[in-house]
Amino acid sequence: MAASWLSLRLVAPMWNGTRGIHRLGGAVVPEGNQKKERTMLQFLTDHFYDVEALRGYLLQREMCKVHLKNRSFTWLEEQHGPYSAGAFFILKQGGAVKFRDKEWIRPDKYGHFSPEFWNFREVPVEAVDASDCEINYEGLDNLLLLKELQSLSLQRCPHVDDWCLSRLYPLADSLQELSLAGCPRVSERGLACLHHLQNLRRLDISDLPAVSNPGLTQILVEEMLPNCQVVGVDWAEGLKLGPEEQPQDTASPVPA
Amino acid sequence: MIRRVLPHGLGRGLLTRRPGTRRGGFSLDWDGKVSEIKKKIKSILPGTPCDLLPDTSHLPPEHSDVVIVGGGVLGLSVAYWLKKLENRQGGMRVLVVERDHTYSQASTGLSVGGICQQFSLPENIQLSLFSASFLRNINEYLAVTNAPPLDLQFNPSGYLLLASEKDAAAMESNVKVQKQEGAKVCLMSPDQLRNKFPWINTEGVALASYGMENEGWFDPWCLLHGLRQKVGVFFCQGEVTRFVTSSQHMLTTDDEMVTLKSIHEVHVKMDHSLEYQPVECAIVINAAGAWSAQIAALAGIGKGPPGTLQGTKLPVEPRKEEEPDPANLEVDHDFFQEKVWPHLALRVPAFETLKVQTAWAGYYDYNTFDQNGVVGPHPLVVNMYFATGFSGHGLQQAPGVGRAVAEMILEGSFQTIDLSPFLFNRFYLGEKTQENNIM
Repeated sequence: MAASWLSLRLVAPMWNGTRGIHRLGGAVVPEGNQKKERTMLQFLTDHFYDVEALRGYLLQREMCKVHLKNRSFTWLEEQHGPYSAGAFFILKQGGAVKFRDKEWIRPDKYGHFSPEFWNFREVPVEAVDASDCEINYEGLDNLLLLKELQSLSLQRCPHVDDWCLSRLYPLADSLQELSLAGCPRVSERGLACLHHLQNLRRLDISDLPAVSNPGLTQILVEEMLPNCQVVGVDWAEGLKLGPEEQPQDTASPVPA
Repeated sequence: MIRRVLPHGLGRGLLTRRPGTRRGGFSLDWDGKVSEIKKKIKSILPGTPCDLLPDTSHLPPEHSDVVIVGGGVLGLSVAYWLKKLENRQGGMRVLVVERDHTYSQASTGLSVGGICQQFSLPENIQLSLFSASFLRNINEYLAVTNAPPLDLQFNPSGYLLLASEKDAAAMESNVKVQKQEGAKVCLMSPDQLRNKFPWINTEGVALASYGMENEGWFDPWCLLHGLRQKVGVFFCQGEVTRFVTSSQHMLTTDDEMVTLKSIHEVHVKMDHSLEYQPVECAIVINAAGAWSAQIAALAGIGKGPPGTLQGTKLPVEPRKEEEPDPANLEVDHDFFQEKVWPHLALRVPAFETLKVQTAWAGYYDYNTFDQNGVVGPHPLVVNMYFATGFSGHGLQQAPGVGRAVAEMILEGSFQTIDLSPFLFNRFYLGEKTQENNIM
């Protein structure tokens, strides 16, 4: 009953909960849902140029919004120094920032945050929590201003992909903790270019849907970064017991 | 029984799904039903409809503004940028002619798919940088509604180039140019190299340059497929066999007679038949890769006394000097054993016990003159534009070159990246645009 109602919906569900008819087909939505829920939308798009053009326009608008969020704040950097500019970028995106010897600064549910950090011109930023933020490759320009960053959390960021990971090497001297849990676009190829970050002590790579073999990737990353504690995947996951190692049934009669 | 069920279902409208029936909104096979109805009508009517007009759906159109010879990544890239930069949507009709729709011998599909910025010419570096940003944002450029986003399988590892004592100075000046253009490359001394990569034998190495960003390799089929599905042009599977040109004799300022040719018809021959279609066109783009020289010869380029502009051929060949014979694409396994493996084993001792698992061969559209691409119009055949001869780095420069050729056609000059050193004139004038770091 519910399935037939869903087939009439004009909006296709986005994976992170926001609704819109403008997303590209088939990204992370599981196959079964895709077939049932989007047939109406797909049918309209295939048969009417207007619907196709509208969807294309809305998609472009979404991408423009992401670009606007990730614009470069060079003028802020000139005026207030790199640490404040980088902190402003993170706070504007909805993340949290911790300056050295100060408390965490977080925006509240309306997006407002306290302007005290504008005074911290010389105080470096120690930790950044950019979970669920829409940071992409261009936005990393602003993040990389924070030269003495020690802890970075990019959990569930929808636009962080392998290209972004290849850009993290300037933070190699100071970065000790990195979390990439739940990023849908990070694959094992991006994880391979974390070899520059030799000072990393803790790396979280749990729940990465684009990584094809999580257990093997965990082993390879541990080998690549010997001083780092890699968290997230149990390397025995996906391994099956061999035929000789099948648990013996102790109740079966053993020939005397 | 049926009478009872029917009004019951109709009463609740279209939204219910009853077992044993096929109602349920628009999830039916609508096109299938329509074709079934058509078949039924045809079977009822007597006789088959007579063919008043012969079926030409397999032939290319009779008129086209631009004909692109060659449907590889360069040809498709030019088509994409022509469509993107045209002033009016649908203002230009573009036809892409590709001889082999399986791309079995095309250099694009057989390419490793590497992208690298470590060149010595600023133009090459700019082209690679632009291509890297194109590939990074490929889902913005090539997004198609209803299609899944493209996954290029990009592997971001940098290229590492090693230089001996005598080449160290050249490498340093190259890296300086690369850094000026914006490529992220760093120089490493042998000690730093040993620290970073302990498995390399640094004997004889004086300097190394390592690409930090925007370098790696990706899947060329994905790029090809993405360009093909996005670009709204006519595709035709056929071979170009003839150009029909018209000539104009003009006098230069020194009172010399010059014959300017312009192609106004392209004959496209279909596969496995003698049937051909003459396509009237305004502009022809030669993106035929390893076979560009033959296409150029069809237009009369190179037919003249040697040493003159008419006699200058397009020096693109499907081979490289020391590499195996390109008569076919059979893999020459001895070439690896004798020429490549000793160097590998010397540099990386762990590769001494290397075993080859698979090998394949592909053509280079090798420019024998200076190993760099040929871009832009021909001085005598005024409406033939080249986009070929990239000698192994065509795939990584395809987006930039496509844009440059589209700008040349639409605006008359290069707007973003100036590729004037790559024009055809240099073959006649003898000025080599030499690239020192050939991949």
